[in-house]
Amino acid sequence: MQPFTYRSVDTVAGARAALLEHPDAQMIAGGTTLLDLMKAGVERPGFVIDINRLPLTTIDATSDRIRIGALARNSDVADDATIAREFPVLAQALAAGASGQLRNMATVGGNLLQRTRCPYFRDNVSRCNKRAPGSGCDASDGVNRMHAVLGTSEACIATHPSDMTVALAALDAAIVVMREGGEVRLTLDEFYCLPEATPERETILQRGDVIVAVEIATSAAHRRSLYLKLRDRASYEFALVSVGAALDFGDDATISHARLALGGVATVPWRAHEAERVLDGAAASPELFRRAADAALAGAETTPQNAFKVELAKRAIVRVLSTLAESPS
Amino acid sequence: MMRFPLRINGSVREVDLVPETTLLDALREHAGLTGTKKGCDRGQCGACTVLINGRRMLSCLTLAVMHGGDEVTTIEGLADEAGLHPLQQAFVEHDAFQCGFCTSGQIMSAVGLLAEGRTLDAATIRERMSGNICRCGAYPNIVDAIASVAERSA
Repeated sequence: MQPFTYRSVDTVAGARAALLEHPDAQMIAGGTTLLDLMKAGVERPGFVIDINRLPLTTIDATSDRIRIGALARNSDVADDATIAREFPVLAQALAAGASGQLRNMATVGGNLLQRTRCPYFRDNVSRCNKRAPGSGCDASDGVNRMHAVLGTSEACIATHPSDMTVALAALDAAIVVMREGGEVRLTLDEFYCLPEATPERETILQRGDVIVAVEIATSAAHRRSLYLKLRDRASYEFALVSVGAALDFGDDATISHARLALGGVATVPWRAHEAERVLDGAAASPELFRRAADAALAGAETTPQNAFKVELAKRAIVRVLSTLAESPS
Repeated sequence: MMRFPLRINGSVREVDLVPETTLLDALREHAGLTGTKKGCDRGQCGACTVLINGRRMLSCLTLAVMHGGDEVTTIEGLADEAGLHPLQQAFVEHDAFQCGFCTSGQIMSAVGLLAEGRTLDAATIRERMSGNICRCGAYPNIVDAIASVAERSA
């Protein structure tokens, strides 16, 4: 690791000031992504701001929503009884991620900002437009079985690795960011940038921004939610395909609320809007769920190695929607 | 280089650090506690697992300077004058290791797991211990050792 200056801050304002004062500063929370990439030489901050003392660790419920502090640890959220009851998809996604030790360290804010596991990004040697803009992409004609089929560009086919964010997308979560003038709330679609020609720019965060919380509304649909993760190993492995969904039905038994999100297959946490439009207002059936799955993957662009993800994702979608439709409300 | 106090296994140790010193290197190279092992040094193998304020974490992916006020427990802090910690004893009785390199991390992770307070059947132990890799493949006996202590404390 290259040497850096370390400072611990006690307030969000202090973190913002340090970020604005030092253009080469990075914040550290759990450290599980940042220190790993610093050891690889991929991240080289000259200044590290420790934000672990900021008062952002609590999970607070109000009458219609739950606010999760950005420094809540993944395990604290996964094991919280209110989260498990109100947002099963979120508790399941967090429990399916990483290992017991890593979940005790990693934070909600850090999970939102975790970097891709693309080996060409992480090896610090290969051509990678995300790590070294304009250098090219060795993944596009390399070993790319794990890579994305949705949201890709000429410049980048790296997947976003998070499980938690797939659940948040299915729950219409708001990411709460402190910037000059106060808090702003962003949907995941607003927060994440598609790679397009600039894969080095992953979110719309500006210099000095600090993620302070995630907010999720409570609802019947969010209580009827589910996460399914398919991977090469039974545990401690990133997703080949994952599906997060929330579903509710009206009095006439047609679908009144459908949210579907995909992980492991896309460059950002992927909301399947086209599939949701197929589901909205329709009567649940296996044929409907298959049509929704076809719609979700209609835009897929594959390589010979990762083409299997398309059918795998479709079957995972049908399985999740069928399970939710059969579960008691 | 700075003098930095770390509370390890119940006593405060003054160690010489730079900001980039990981907790793992502080323990091994500066505090002389080599029971905590450096396997991958990248958060993938679990050999460096310690308890920080009672919770299992990876000492290779955290900086020592981030833990000035924290209580760090390593494998050296488990046994007392009365004898081995029940998990250490169980690993011996169940032959839960071969080369032994991953063992201190396995045991510290298991201590943390038991403190998390969930019901532990064999499948749950396997899932919740998946962050600790054993290249000798002693997994069946590791699961048995942890299950035997979990049953006694249930």
